[in-house]
Amino acid sequence: MKYVDEFRDPAKAKALETEIRGVVARIERAKQRPLQIMEVCGGHTHSIFRYGIAQLLPDTVEFVHGPGCPVCVLPMGRVDDCISLAERPEVIFTTFGDAMRVPGSRKSLLKAKADGADVRMVYSPLDALDLARANPGREVIFFGLGFETTMPSTALTLLRAKADRVRNFSLFCNHITIIPTIKAILDSPDLHLDGFLGPGHVSMVIGTRPYDFIARHYRKPITVAGFEPLDVLHAMWMVLKQIEERRSEVENQYGRIVPEHGNAQALAAISEVFELREFFEWRGLGSIDHSGVRIRGAFAEFDAERRFAVPNLKIADPKSCQCGEVLKGVIKPHECKVFGTACTPEMPLGSLMVSSEGACAAYYNYGRIDGWRFAALQRNATGRRRRHRRERPGRTRAGTRIRHAPARGKGARHGRQPGPWRRRQGHARPGRGRVHQRLRQPVAGADGGPGRGVARRFIPARRPARVHH
Amino acid sequence: MVSLADLSLHGDRLAFTTDTYVVDPLFFPGGDIGTLAVAGTVNDLAVSGAKPLYLSCGVVIEEGFPVDLLRRVAASMQRIALEAGVRIVTGDTKVVERGSADKLFINTAGIGVVPRNVSISASNARPGDVVILNGYLGDHGTAILIARKQLALEADVASDCQPLNGLVATMLEACPTIRCLRDATRGGVATVLNEFAQSSAVAIRIHEPAMPIRDQVKGACEILGLDPLYLANEGKLVAVVPESGAQAVLAAMRAHPAGAHAAIIGEVTEAPRGVVVLHTGFGGQRIVDMLFGEQLPRIC
Repeated sequence: MKYVDEFRDPAKAKALETEIRGVVARIERAKQRPLQIMEVCGGHTHSIFRYGIAQLLPDTVEFVHGPGCPVCVLPMGRVDDCISLAERPEVIFTTFGDAMRVPGSRKSLLKAKADGADVRMVYSPLDALDLARANPGREVIFFGLGFETTMPSTALTLLRAKADRVRNFSLFCNHITIIPTIKAILDSPDLHLDGFLGPGHVSMVIGTRPYDFIARHYRKPITVAGFEPLDVLHAMWMVLKQIEERRSEVENQYGRIVPEHGNAQALAAISEVFELREFFEWRGLGSIDHSGVRIRGAFAEFDAERRFAVPNLKIADPKSCQCGEVLKGVIKPHECKVFGTACTPEMPLGSLMVSSEGACAAYYNYGRIDGWRFAALQRNATGRRRRHRRERPGRTRAGTRIRHAPARGKGARHGRQPGPWRRRQGHARPGRGRVHQRLRQPVAGADGGPGRGVARRFIPARRPARVHH
Repeated sequence: MVSLADLSLHGDRLAFTTDTYVVDPLFFPGGDIGTLAVAGTVNDLAVSGAKPLYLSCGVVIEEGFPVDLLRRVAASMQRIALEAGVRIVTGDTKVVERGSADKLFINTAGIGVVPRNVSISASNARPGDVVILNGYLGDHGTAILIARKQLALEADVASDCQPLNGLVATMLEACPTIRCLRDATRGGVATVLNEFAQSSAVAIRIHEPAMPIRDQVKGACEILGLDPLYLANEGKLVAVVPESGAQAVLAAMRAHPAGAHAAIIGEVTEAPRGVVVLHTGFGGQRIVDMLFGEQLPRIC
């Protein structure tokens, strides 16, 4: 296929592999412990597993799979909010496909749909707007999700809705922004990262400038990378080259798509429609200051949170879940206590098992061809497989429709019913109030004053005036 | 999963299967619900090694469904039945109130006879065997996705819906000891290979560059973040054949219109047991697992 195959050329991959091995051999640090390079974006994680890129690298270099999968980092409480919106009889709830399976504390949108809610999959927020025009008697809500990659299209949709005075359309805004999260990860004490592959599509919108602090303040090299396998290898070589030459700079491997200053039109649309939230909760990472956006007052009529009573429940992550440690590269996905047992792609417990871009799901689905995967498979070959087959939704070959049967056995409860970690609204469980307090306490607010306690750690270096830094 | 029963009577083996067809939209490039309903059941019988003979047909119609569309569907069923050489010998029709069913549902059941010397089973694969596919994969899944018109995507892809009993007969003639045979419908080629690998307790290694995939299908998958290995087919089968018979089977397949683009896509090895490994064109390897739920497009 033209314009794609060129970026998947095995001969060029081989050449890059040799180059990378040469560079790594000259890096002293790699002799003590493997170099850890984080790919921030879920799209990269997907490519790495799909093409088996990690196997082409020497053992002295490791990928650490970052938080850049918007579906994975969506907290359970927000999914519950979606479902409560979707279950209103007047509502048509529209969403991107891969958000359908994300489990809330009771169920996923897919299950809500099966239970009778009018949930529809769309490929663009503009499709949702068209749906609103076609159904004037219904309330159409679009589930806005994603980083700066998807933000412009949502912003443009709201601008159009306003211009055309579409009254029955609103947005449930869950857009998030990547920079404060990278900062939060860089600030965590147990971190060993040596460099970053920067997100490609986010950078297409925001440019490469916002990453300057990573190079300047934290002295970590970062290379913005494309998504084809040669892009990823090339960017990896560039980061390693920086480490070898003791440089820490922001480099751009994806120059064919990413301009230094980003896309001015997209940025303008974003700032016209959105403003930063004081904080936003991330699955696996907790609450991070200025990491989400909400709809500006001028567009309040299109804000589902203002228009409908959204329960806004805070539900803590399951206790056994080690997503945060995986995200920071402290442990590998398969080293998590519940990996492949209580937490599987079919019944995800943690955020990273949810989407195919999540590190754990990628490990599980595409796993590195080495011992742990096969050991796990042999161990579970009979029990796990059989259980999956029985419960797989959809139709069997014989055509019988199967819905999720009630799960049984170890770990079955997770993600299905309210677990012991589920907190009642407004009541922290004894001894586990920290997360809750963190969400409630004042954080860096409109006056720019720093927040207190835990939240303080997550304040960005410079307080951003707008969505972008 | 076996969706077929073997019945023995006085030493002759009968194969008996049923399947219910629902599809949205009812008409799509390359076929309609009628072609699916006949070809699907014929193929279920054919890949068990049976010669399909008789079909039954039950139809559930939503009140108000246009009669001319029903005639079109019936004509398609007749055409495919003639092509496959089977007879639809019994049928039933029910009309339900508007809203109680989605336009049209069809159930077909089929009976066929299995020749005595044929023994095809998902658990027969042995290390050293060769994996053969009869043509381009993912056409049906892509055609349906595009026909739903929810995507601003256009591509010239038609469903591969076709009966496979003629092809299977020529394959068995070329090599009566074919080990495993399965039509790759919902869940795609990946699901079939996983069933073979697990039932036979062997590893199956497939090679990405050897996969026949149309550029249009590849393109649609790139854009939507789907994997063609999991896309549905309605006229594709996967065969595991002993190495000694592989070239003969391949030649026989290529001589048949339903197998013109047949290709050897991989081989069976000893370890790792129960696993399908894909060797990527890029030089890496990855595991091709069973699909959990439906494939959903990725957002970015």
